[in-house]
Amino acid sequence: MEKSKNSGRAGYYLYILPGMLGFALIVLVPLIANFAISFTTWKGIGTPRYIGLQNYERLLVDAAFWGSIQHTLIFIISMTILPIILGLVLAAVLFDYISAQFGETLSSFFRAGFYLPQILPLTAAGVLWGWILNPIGIVNAVLKAIGLDFMAQNWLGDASYAIWAVSAVIVWIQVGYCLVVFMSGLARVDPSLYEAAELDNASWFGRFRYITIPMLMPEIFVVALTTLIAALKVFAPIYVLTSGGPDNATTVPSYLSYYHFFTTNRVGYAAAISTLQTLVTIMLGVFFLRMQSKQTEGER
Amino acid sequence: MAATASLSTPIASDAPADHRRNKGFTRWIVLAILFVSLGGTLFPFFLAAFNAIKTPADYAANGPLAFPHSFDLTALKNFWANVDFTRKLFNSILISGCTAILAVVLSLLNAYAIGIGRVRGGRVLLVILLISIMAPQEALIYPLYYMAKQVGLFDSMLSVILIIGVLHTAFGTYLLSSVLTTFPREIIEAAQIDNASRWQILWLVIVPVLRPTLAVLATFFFIWTWNEFLIPLVFLVSNNNQTVSVAMGVLSGANTQDPTAVAAASLLGVTPTVIFFLIFQRTLTRGVAAGAVK
Repeated sequence: MEKSKNSGRAGYYLYILPGMLGFALIVLVPLIANFAISFTTWKGIGTPRYIGLQNYERLLVDAAFWGSIQHTLIFIISMTILPIILGLVLAAVLFDYISAQFGETLSSFFRAGFYLPQILPLTAAGVLWGWILNPIGIVNAVLKAIGLDFMAQNWLGDASYAIWAVSAVIVWIQVGYCLVVFMSGLARVDPSLYEAAELDNASWFGRFRYITIPMLMPEIFVVALTTLIAALKVFAPIYVLTSGGPDNATTVPSYLSYYHFFTTNRVGYAAAISTLQTLVTIMLGVFFLRMQSKQTEGER
Repeated sequence: MAATASLSTPIASDAPADHRRNKGFTRWIVLAILFVSLGGTLFPFFLAAFNAIKTPADYAANGPLAFPHSFDLTALKNFWANVDFTRKLFNSILISGCTAILAVVLSLLNAYAIGIGRVRGGRVLLVILLISIMAPQEALIYPLYYMAKQVGLFDSMLSVILIIGVLHTAFGTYLLSSVLTTFPREIIEAAQIDNASRWQILWLVIVPVLRPTLAVLATFFFIWTWNEFLIPLVFLVSNNNQTVSVAMGVLSGANTQDPTAVAAASLLGVTPTVIFFLIFQRTLTRGVAAGAVK
């Protein structure tokens, strides 16, 4: 009996074989290869030459790299923090106010509308916004129309504004994702909690602070983790909107490594950048998952 | 809790009415604010649509904010012809469709072994698979690019399908394993008594039950692949193989001189996904949530 059970299980290994083979060939081997390349100098042709930690040493004094780290921090604000705050407020308003006052349909209509930017190809969104933000584009036309000519800027072409313009586009893209996840989380909340709070004359903000946010903690964790990972990897909006410019004012690690891989052919250097990026992402992921499992243990 | 509920029932029936009367004005303000924010969110789409159908003269005379005074499809037709949009659409549909099928099948097979077969090390495999979601694509792209060149798969849609398909499998495996772990054992045991093989159980018992979940998963994979940028950008260098997403990315900043042309390009770039969105809106918004909580 025991024997047949074991051989029965073993048979299932055949089913994970294709998936694991794919994973090994497309994720594991390239990841290890990239790590190995990061210790070499290589132009992409010929034989890579081992140079130890030189690429990493050079990274430490590369202003473009340090700039890209700072920009990533700004993108964490526009990709994670702001969208979570806006998404929480919107979700709470739609769930606990609009649904109650005007009905389910209207609240789902709003949810869908705010979600739309999230599913566009980032490149199409980029072309759209590039057109809106260019010097003869819509934003400046609006400013002119309301008599604020002096505020018109070359939004993406001026080093002091470009990062904020890109951040604004990213917030526009991200709010819908947070909103949708939070609203589905709220569906779990026992309505009698809100009713009880309402009877106690709790203000809307009080209910938001003491019911909505604590109940949504699991969703906030998941959204924070996924958007943080996305913020560390952000690439397409930068490529399309600014190509990292002007003067590296919007460059990010992903763009920097892409640039060195395929434009300057400094493959070893680019591999070092992306290796660091991988390590940071995985460390962050592990940290978050730990926190999350601690939190759920605490609840139980 | 039950006591509170029964106590509150008579009061509750009055309270909402009170509530409504008192806040009659506030609720319209809240609604108005929401409509304005939604308008702001969707404004770029309307702008693109309005300006794409203007003549350049109309645009120059009345500016980007005016309603169109003219109706002219030249900009749309030109963009369509210039980038061979038919071809790009076909490529995107082919790549996204094949990737979605590949990723769903691989996820299903993985999840079958982990969720139903309970293979040893299944949990560990799930954790290891997380690497495909977390690792930045830049950390894989150069070795993959090199490998593809070595085996002659460079600039072929097949390479993109294989790579993106495998990357998406991690998410699918997660979702389906958690669904299959709770799959009723009796159904499988009944099939085993009828001498069904594992292969038959998978396709004749499990797949029909999971069909709705698999469809949601496939929809997601399709749209994610459609939007994928870096991998097709690197792998599909010839114009004939490019996807809509790459065509849009390559176009960026190319012809800002002609605003109606850029509006037309944006409009065509976003239209396919807006159509998917209208078709799959419910599936997508629910699926995001289901995926996130799992």
